[in-house]
Amino acid sequence: MSSADIYREIILDYYRNPRNYGKLPNPDVAQRDSNPLCGDELEMHLNIKDNKVVDVKFTGKGCAISQASASMLTELIMGKDFETVKKLSKEDILDNLGLHDLGPARIKCALLSLKVLKSGLYSYLSEKLKDTASANKIKEEASGLY
Amino acid sequence: MINIENIRNDFPILKRKVHKDKALVYFDNAATTQKPIQVINSISNYYLNYNSNIHRAVHELAEEATAAYESTRDKVAKFINAKNREEIVFVRGTTEAINLVAYTWGRQNVGKDDIIITTEYEHHSNIVPWQLLTKEKGARLEYIGVDDNGELILDQLDKYLETGKVKLVAFSQMSNVLGTITDSEEIVRKCKKKGVRVLVDGAQSVPHMKVDLQKLDCDFFAFSAHKMLGPTGVGVLWARKELLENMVPFNGGGDMIREVHKYETSWNDLPYKFEAGTPNIADVIGFGAAIDYLEKIGMDKVREHEIEITKYALDKLSQVKGVKIYGPMNATKRGGVISFNLGDIHPHDLATIIDEDGIAIRSGHHCAQVLMERLDVSATSRASFYIYNTKDEVDAFIKSLYRAKELFKI
Repeated sequence: MSSADIYREIILDYYRNPRNYGKLPNPDVAQRDSNPLCGDELEMHLNIKDNKVVDVKFTGKGCAISQASASMLTELIMGKDFETVKKLSKEDILDNLGLHDLGPARIKCALLSLKVLKSGLYSYLSEKLKDTASANKIKEEASGLY
Repeated sequence: MINIENIRNDFPILKRKVHKDKALVYFDNAATTQKPIQVINSISNYYLNYNSNIHRAVHELAEEATAAYESTRDKVAKFINAKNREEIVFVRGTTEAINLVAYTWGRQNVGKDDIIITTEYEHHSNIVPWQLLTKEKGARLEYIGVDDNGELILDQLDKYLETGKVKLVAFSQMSNVLGTITDSEEIVRKCKKKGVRVLVDGAQSVPHMKVDLQKLDCDFFAFSAHKMLGPTGVGVLWARKELLENMVPFNGGGDMIREVHKYETSWNDLPYKFEAGTPNIADVIGFGAAIDYLEKIGMDKVREHEIEITKYALDKLSQVKGVKIYGPMNATKRGGVISFNLGDIHPHDLATIIDEDGIAIRSGHHCAQVLMERLDVSATSRASFYIYNTKDEVDAFIKSLYRAKELFKI
């Protein structure tokens, strides 16, 4: 995938003007992670009510791909049904970004946001909903992302 | 002047193309350098013609292998002007050398409330071992700060030395991020006056400038082969003989013993006491060929070439609008390492873009997160040079930066 395809207007726009940037005062889900290889950092906050994501925000530092990916993911899950959000896959994220043939080093940048989301949902499912089976499944999905 | 054309011909990898048809511009030399054919041949020659374990067997292959392995020790001693060959301990790399000191000398000599001092521009390998040690012992780890010019604030060392609690000062002779050349002799002089031991990380300096340990007068010195044309997996710990003699072994096993009984063991002589198990024979031999190669060019010439290319690159780079360069702007005060940022382009994005033009640079925190915090950046881009790099390559690099600017519309 060439740089001209990666750094399209839309990616740069989300990088420079991230939507849903910030923190929630009392989040139901608060999850932070970083990519030790490049130092990308991401924290995601979610509020969940009646099985819906009613609010979501993120903060972070990193490359255009990681930050645009996080911002676009927040838009993707805002107002969505909890079950739908639980099922989000790697392909969904890459489709959403329009980035499909990223090399092995850069795909981690694109998927950090999903990893943070899934890890956050793991804590939510295991600690608040006591749904161990779903929690473990999502934990496995998170660690299998890269 | 060195003959770059001849030198480049010795490096087969420089002829390869990347991204189909792009000439390779390799500017990631602070991470690892390329290897000349002489080094590659010396390693394959060992495996092809005299592969054997060393030191104990009496057959001819073993004698040849032992002689080749030990000859590298002599070359290293001469290269860094060590007084005794038995002060040269082969390890896996700089990281292992520093850990060896922390785990042996450190555990024996550092106690509760003692102070170990390092600097804000250290590589993680000269921070984390000291964190582990000071936490275990209830000791303190303190830092010499970095000023806005990218140089150490040496006055800060004095107040710690005054406490009488400092056991060790550990610093790098050249920053792997800023390229700053440390005023090492001044630090050693201050420490000697107070009887404080000094460890110098030479990973970035030994490959690029003449290092004279007898002049430097430190107590421990560490560096790696792979950053100076040699293979990965080989490094050197040099330490004063009297220190090595009193240090307990790091690894126990074969070759490091004199006699082993059921419950007691006596240690082998130096340096073998610290080289347990079959060492990395082939790569130590390859390291010898790398030293031969550098000696043939001459370290003064290596340094001269790097000052010239660094000066050229600093000049060109500072003309690119939106570029921020970190570290000293005077090329004689820094090694061939330039860290920079370009506008709001994240270093990873920048490295991805210019890689398409065949230009290999480093991006990220360069294993120096403490320094990144000090500079208040999450990452930088880093171009680093060596003997085979040319001004034409710098031009190609600059041209590629303009393409990145276009893509990011800055």
